[in-house]
Amino acid sequence: MGTQRYLLGKAGQAVLTLLFILTFNFFLFRILPGDPVRLLTKGTGQRLSVEEQAQLREELGLNQPLFPGQYLTYMGQTLRLDLGESSIVAPGQPVTSVFFEKLPKTLLLVATSTAASILFGVLLGIYGGWRRGSAGDLTGMTGSLVLYSIPEFVLGIMLLLLFAVTFQLFPTGGFESAVGDRTGIARALDIARHATLPWLTLTLAYIGEFVLVMRSSLLDVLGEEFIQLARAKGLREKWVLRRHAVRNALLPTVTLIALTFGFVLGGAITVELVFSYPGVGLMSFEALEGRDYALLQGTFLFFSIGVLIANLLADLIYAYVDPRVRTA
Amino acid sequence: MKVDEAPAAADAPVPPPIKSARQIRWVRRRKALGRIWATYRRNPLGMIGLVVLIFFVGVATYSVFMDKSQLQKTYVTEESIAPCTFATLPCPPSPNNPLGTDKDGRSVLALVIEGSRVSLMVGLTASVIAMVVGSAIGILAGYIGRWPDSVLMRFTDFFLVIPWLALAIVLASIFGQNLVVLIAIIGFTSWPGTARLVRAQTLSVREHLFVERSRALGASNSQVVLRHLLPNVMPVIFANTILTVAIAILSESSLSFLGLGDPRRITWGTMIDAAFDAGAISIGAWWWLMAPSLCIVLVVLAFTLCGYALDEIINPRMRER
Amino acid sequence: MSVLSVKDLRVTYRTQGGDVPAVRGVSFDIEKGQVLGLAGESGCGKSTIAGAILRLHASKTKIEGDIELDGQKVLDLTPGKLRAVRWTGASIIFQGALHALNPVRRIGDQIAEAIQIHGLAGEREAKVRAGELLEQVGLPPRRVDDYPHELSGGQKQRVMIAMALACNPSLVIADEPTTALDVMVQAQVLRLLKALQTDLGLAMLFITHDLSVLVEVSDRLAVMYAGKIIEEGPANQVFHSPMHPYTQALALAFPEIGDDRFRRKPGGLGGDPPDPQAIPSGCPFHPRCPKRFEPCDDIVPELWDAGEHRTAACLLVPGAPTVATTGAVGAVEP
Repeated sequence: MGTQRYLLGKAGQAVLTLLFILTFNFFLFRILPGDPVRLLTKGTGQRLSVEEQAQLREELGLNQPLFPGQYLTYMGQTLRLDLGESSIVAPGQPVTSVFFEKLPKTLLLVATSTAASILFGVLLGIYGGWRRGSAGDLTGMTGSLVLYSIPEFVLGIMLLLLFAVTFQLFPTGGFESAVGDRTGIARALDIARHATLPWLTLTLAYIGEFVLVMRSSLLDVLGEEFIQLARAKGLREKWVLRRHAVRNALLPTVTLIALTFGFVLGGAITVELVFSYPGVGLMSFEALEGRDYALLQGTFLFFSIGVLIANLLADLIYAYVDPRVRTA
Repeated sequence: MKVDEAPAAADAPVPPPIKSARQIRWVRRRKALGRIWATYRRNPLGMIGLVVLIFFVGVATYSVFMDKSQLQKTYVTEESIAPCTFATLPCPPSPNNPLGTDKDGRSVLALVIEGSRVSLMVGLTASVIAMVVGSAIGILAGYIGRWPDSVLMRFTDFFLVIPWLALAIVLASIFGQNLVVLIAIIGFTSWPGTARLVRAQTLSVREHLFVERSRALGASNSQVVLRHLLPNVMPVIFANTILTVAIAILSESSLSFLGLGDPRRITWGTMIDAAFDAGAISIGAWWWLMAPSLCIVLVVLAFTLCGYALDEIINPRMRER
Repeated sequence: MSVLSVKDLRVTYRTQGGDVPAVRGVSFDIEKGQVLGLAGESGCGKSTIAGAILRLHASKTKIEGDIELDGQKVLDLTPGKLRAVRWTGASIIFQGALHALNPVRRIGDQIAEAIQIHGLAGEREAKVRAGELLEQVGLPPRRVDDYPHELSGGQKQRVMIAMALACNPSLVIADEPTTALDVMVQAQVLRLLKALQTDLGLAMLFITHDLSVLVEVSDRLAVMYAGKIIEEGPANQVFHSPMHPYTQALALAFPEIGDDRFRRKPGGLGGDPPDPQAIPSGCPFHPRCPKRFEPCDDIVPELWDAGEHRTAACLLVPGAPTVATTGAVGAVEP
């Protein structure tokens, strides 16, 4: 019962946050210095006649007062997933379709790397906390601190220089080989080969935080009395760790997942740029370069929603792991 | 008492003069700082970080006095790029150019030194902004409590949900590409972490009796905040600011790499961007890419180590069992 | 044969600041069905003893001496045998039940776990048994599925007691079981403990700093100071007519209503217990002792006869060897 209430509460908060995001998005682009029409067509190099400009203004509803007129129009359009059209990256194409066309490629990268960061980060963190002070622990901590200090794109460049240019083990970029029409497994392998270095970059970029947080929270938990009790009951060390320590120590990690996801999306932008990986990250960069504001705005919106979903998922997992939040 | 103790002589030493409250406070603060330094000194990682930081501050200072003509493309000559020729630029490291040159023949070493000043300045300024904004919000929320606290925290949480780089890109694309804008963007988007931390600390300090007591004595709110709250929250703010500088430097490098940096200035981020755009990877001009990269990593690592070392002193956790 | 036989137990912690001798030679026996109370201020080493009996200390902590539980030498057991003995030979009721229960697991599971890992029952039976144990301590069996945060302090402590009984141990070590509780709840829990101990014929080592509690529960009472037992004997006698000056002061600190001794003299003792790394010469209590005289800072007292089945480590007890003194400095009371 408490669980339902908790989840409903979180869902409600998410809706509220969504409203904030939409409103924020609205004001962000409406409070631009300068004429929105001119901004929208700036990059295309088009020159519209006065009539055409007036028509565009009408279409965009810019003749209405900012609030509530334009706001409501904007909200209505957004909720109908009408986010305008891209002007530079894919001229004329609706923003939504451009975004969702490229999304799967980025999802492939981001989902697998986040999973790997979490999995290996947690395992390494547990090892470091359990065998505190050992060589493995110290290596893990040092590595984590160093990785945390390297910007994602720098890491990407390093890996690129090392494995693709020097050792030529992997291609230098792209999604799949341009030449040849592979199908089935051959194609999958080719895609995998192309995605390996970007995946490795994103995994390594964020693994450090998980290692450090997991290790730290495990050390905290190991000092608790119920761990002493578990030992006193006659449990083996491994059982103590698995059944009592880890479950409690995971809690801060779950919170971290939600927090990190926003950064992973940002990292995807720079990493896709480094590896010319044709996902939404690279698309964002192209939109940025060309000042394709409609696409930029849409991307920002979708990214925010993505983080919102990640947060909601994290809340779900947290409720599953920690019974204390279920009883409000 | 022993019998053979002679009674005090008539000219006994004069007792020390009574110090004012302010003097006592300062003596105590200096002693506390001395204690903190003594503890900090024993942390090897913290000391390494500090040394690296001092080194880079030195480099940045030097950049002020450095011969700026080295940074101009027009000043590149045949002898400055020897043993390479104009056709073989960018030039790998050589005794003439210890870190090699960029595609225009400029010494990467000179560029990196110049970049150190700007990168550090951006990082520091932006994090000071973040610290001020975050601390103000955190203290307000923690001290006033009730509905302003809820509203402020909602606002803060909302900011945490927004993907940072996406927001920064949007802002930078709108407001232009210059250093001031960049600093403002980074500063005004990095405060949520600080705000939460400061609020938590404010709440715990507020619980302490001395705040209540000073209120009972009739101290006004601002007096309580200034005299009691701030001194107890400052250490946490300070340690957190150091970590924020690290994040700010990382942020600036990302934004510059995406082409949002100030094209008229040299930072480590813009260097990497220029190198990448010039195809340094395919040419194999690793020095041009790695020199600024290594600097970023070292400085961020140094700030992180110092920040963690300070944090350990301020929030000691007993882990020895 | 005693259930627990401790001989010359010495426990030394290894820390960054050097070796800390927390327990410096403690010996006692507990027979079947007997309750031994162990009293003393914080830091005197009593909780250390509790941990030592089941070898719960970090491996770098040095434990010397002899601990025999049900005839087995605990300090010589292999890890496997040690794990088998834990909870079945002796169990512990920890202090601070606030954090002694795993917050993310149901209490029934935590109790059943003890039963299962010792192979005493399968999963379902263990759960049933957990319910029975809860009933024994006065909680409804259906609460087996509750989480710790759904229970009050007193209820959590009862769960701890139920858990301690899960494997039918010969010895139960109660380490400050009532310290964190309100007075009313304290009384209830104490009554429960005493009832269970009598009904099940358990041997018990009851550790606390509150002497008045011990008087109610224990058969024999031992008082610790600076890592050693300085007085031992039948509980009533030790509390109502203490021989050692420290025990006298301690007894005065826990007044009982109706006891004439407390009518006019406020209890209390100046000073602090000594730092284990800087224990005073001779009798460790002498700097604070109101009855000290010259040889006290020189001679290390042992547990000498202080009456029938009683011992105390003080030069003033009848069984102490006579010492030559040059002259009394400070009052000497017969």
